[in-house]
Amino acid sequence: MIYKNKLFQILAGFLMLILVLSCIMPLLMLLASSFSSEEQLLTKGYSFFPQGVSLDAYMYLWKIKSSLLKAYMMSGIITGVGTIVNVTITLLFAYALSQKDLPGNRMISFFLFFPMLFNGGFVSTYLVYTQIFHIRDNLIAMIVPYLLMSGFHVIIMRTYLTNTIPVEVKESARMDGAGEYSVLMHIIIPMSRPIIATIALLASITYWNNWTNGVYFLNTRTDLFGIQNYLNMVLSNISFLQAQQANALQGIEAQIPNTSIRMAIAIIAIIPILAAYPFFQKSFVKGITIGSVKG
Amino acid sequence: MKIEHKKVKKIKKYVPFYVMLIPGIIYLIMNNYMPMAGLLLAFKKVNYSIGLFQSPWIGFSNFKYLFSSNDAFIVFRNTILYNLGFIIFGNILGIVVAIALDSLRNKFFKRCSQIIILIPYLLSMVIVSYVVYAFLSAKTGFINNAVLPALGIEKINWYSEAKYWPVILNIVYLWTHFGYSSIFYYSTLIGIDKTYYEATVVDGAGIWAQIRHITLPMLKPTVITLVLLAIGHICSSDFGLFYQIPMNSGLLYSTTQTIDTYVYRGLLELNDIGRSTAAGFLQSVFGFVCVLAANRIVSKIDRNSALF
Repeated sequence: MIYKNKLFQILAGFLMLILVLSCIMPLLMLLASSFSSEEQLLTKGYSFFPQGVSLDAYMYLWKIKSSLLKAYMMSGIITGVGTIVNVTITLLFAYALSQKDLPGNRMISFFLFFPMLFNGGFVSTYLVYTQIFHIRDNLIAMIVPYLLMSGFHVIIMRTYLTNTIPVEVKESARMDGAGEYSVLMHIIIPMSRPIIATIALLASITYWNNWTNGVYFLNTRTDLFGIQNYLNMVLSNISFLQAQQANALQGIEAQIPNTSIRMAIAIIAIIPILAAYPFFQKSFVKGITIGSVKG
Repeated sequence: MKIEHKKVKKIKKYVPFYVMLIPGIIYLIMNNYMPMAGLLLAFKKVNYSIGLFQSPWIGFSNFKYLFSSNDAFIVFRNTILYNLGFIIFGNILGIVVAIALDSLRNKFFKRCSQIIILIPYLLSMVIVSYVVYAFLSAKTGFINNAVLPALGIEKINWYSEAKYWPVILNIVYLWTHFGYSSIFYYSTLIGIDKTYYEATVVDGAGIWAQIRHITLPMLKPTVITLVLLAIGHICSSDFGLFYQIPMNSGLLYSTTQTIDTYVYRGLLELNDIGRSTAAGFLQSVFGFVCVLAANRIVSKIDRNSALF
């Protein structure tokens, strides 16, 4: 863009500076508060500077580390398994649809597209899963409902496959006697690595951040909670922490530093995704902008 | 005979593709089409012990029951008004930020901004609710301890005063989503041919004329697509935003309760299935009608911008 206007550029820079700060400062406040001492927080409240620096909150979290680690492990399993199955189903569906001459192609595309316009909503989805499939209080509930395949991702992937893989490549492989599965394995997948990586990234962020499935479907099995559901419980009910670790804390006069521990546990949950962000930032932006190109 | 043989061969050729479609189709049936059929449960008296299929049909009683209180009106009003707010403010902010981002000269700052403004979008609503809590907690929140005293205003019990929440929830929504929509619009902006701008500069056009006559028209198709999709979801709401951010506080229902939190509470907290199925039915059908109508209007104005 040209915009050769000094005042405009200064204004734009100023606006961006404020917005960038608005994204970082709240997280810094969480960080500073997690290192503050309980008494100081109770009188002065959360703020951007640590008050009466103290590691109490983290010491407490260290005591309950096994339950935190378990929640992380659950999140990891859910994210790993979910992403692999999700990408596989998406790729297979998109590849079949990218076959323009496949009889019934238009009908199947409509079958995929229609749920994007009309859906059953939470109540009937919940009733179908719990009453008909009995998916409830198990790990399947964290992986299957809502999250296993996104019609939008299928369309993105199909567009990529039709636009970037020349028909001749597939044809010549078939001439050489390759079956469809080996064409998929040895030609299509290697050629579409970038899009597979992007979809896998979007799917894994969705799984990592998902907690609603836990709220909906894990009613009694709090032991299956991933880190997000764990956090969710702690916010509304700090004593959840004690309940998770009842045995380990016996004998210790466990005075929970309520106020700072909330922030410390949030920091612990933010760190993994922020630490990974620089590495996936490029494909994340690509994943967002890919949708802006109408497929 | 030969033609027969060819046909068989042709079908055989496609079999592997149909096999590849099977997992996806099963999932679509399970996750999308069965719940669509499940909307009919709104006309049944659902009884878990005898099963969904055997539950008796009861006509419109669930709907009568739903409208017997004022709640239905409030939750539909809240959902639609919040969504209108999100559509309007979200897109305006997204466009403004995209233009600002595009006009930054310092490459390093530009790069950093692009990365940083997406951070809130990466955080789950649970984490966002901790951030909001750090600001709004009555006893230890930043606003009550640092901001209001400095302004000489009395402390406010944020989690029990409903009137502030429309503003709070709009801010939270914008905070979490502006990065996403800005980057979305920005990707359209960097695709604009620079010679357009050069031509207008030669013609003596100022900065506002450039924005009005080049930038905004170029963004129009993207705006229309995004708004259309959003209108299709005008009856849906982000459960996390409306359930988690107000910390499920009952005192705030009048301004924070949306259809999704209402049906969730009815179904899982109050065991009030009839009302939930009726509200869910209206939500789905009304959302569908909205997206069809919006698409119709857009296709009348500009065929190419329509979704289908």
